[in-house]
Amino acid sequence: MILSATAGHPGFLSPTGVEIAFLLVGLATFGAAVVTVTTKQLVHAALWLVVALGGIAVEYLLLTAEFIAWVQVLIYVGSVVVLLLFGLMLTRAPIGRSPDADSGNRWMALGASVPAAGALVWVVVDAFRTTWIDLDGPAQGSTKASGEFLFRNWVLPFEALSVLLLAALVGAIVLSRKDRQDRKDRKDRKDRPDRSDGRTAGQVRPDTRARRTGPDRTERPAADREDNS
Amino acid sequence: MHLAYPAVLAVLLFCTGLYGVLARRNAILVLMSVELMLNAVNLNLVAFDVWLRDALHGGQALTLFTIAIAAAEIGIGLAIVLAVYRNRGSSDIDSLRDTAETDDAETLPDEVDADAVRDTTADQATAPAGKAKKAEATA
Repeated sequence: MILSATAGHPGFLSPTGVEIAFLLVGLATFGAAVVTVTTKQLVHAALWLVVALGGIAVEYLLLTAEFIAWVQVLIYVGSVVVLLLFGLMLTRAPIGRSPDADSGNRWMALGASVPAAGALVWVVVDAFRTTWIDLDGPAQGSTKASGEFLFRNWVLPFEALSVLLLAALVGAIVLSRKDRQDRKDRKDRKDRPDRSDGRTAGQVRPDTRARRTGPDRTERPAADREDNS
Repeated sequence: MHLAYPAVLAVLLFCTGLYGVLARRNAILVLMSVELMLNAVNLNLVAFDVWLRDALHGGQALTLFTIAIAAAEIGIGLAIVLAVYRNRGSSDIDSLRDTAETDDAETLPDEVDADAVRDTTADQATAPAGKAKKAEATA
């Protein structure tokens, strides 16, 4: 805003160096994002996601938000993409091209997202046509400034967020852990050639349930006898 | 810097993520697209925070919180995807149709019995077909 007052509305046709850098990095980021959602190779999608997220980190740096840029590099590029790659490996994603990466409603998705992008770009450009960000002066997102506003004004949400992270940790462990009932079922079914694991107790076919109650009926009196004695 | 640059980039990234969420079949690729959408929102928050020179820096604080929540979300989401993969043998979203409302699978067993008593064999033929389809989907 102050820059616009001093420089007299630079306009689109005389961009500054920061704007050119932002534009180039933005093009690279957008291209990487497009490749991420369109490539047929699943592992390549995760690797292009690294490029897109790193490009966004550079954009944060250009907007003088240093601390968020490094948090972005650490958390997104460092851990989220690694988690996604682990997920791809654990679900045995094919290494090469998988032709069924896109579902059947691809054209409907294109028809939803392209008009949305057009309308939003139109609205945003029209709304902020005469708005400039003043990047001069001290950096607004340096580590010192971030620490001050985070631990002076936003302490309570920060602490609440730690509780949420703990809940997410416990929830992820609970979700991904096999409980004992499941393991016993799997042990029962291990000798069967056509075992299809993970069918929960309510959905078992009648024949398998009958087969499983067979040994249970013989075991249960033994357990009762132990309780009585 | 012109404010339109980060705003337009955020719009484009968000719509790219929207396309990915709608068009992808693998659940992990859908999670990646969700991450793109979240990052577009973060970019908007940072750009407007720097533009407004907020004294509390609410945009940047909210960006940090969003990043942390996205990390938690990806952990939970991957745990769910792995559980689905362990149960079904695939992380294909299109094949998870257990709660889909088909015409013949949503009749309750009581209604089926009542219809079977009351009506002719036409209903008896369709109702077990729906049940069989349902069982096939859960297997």
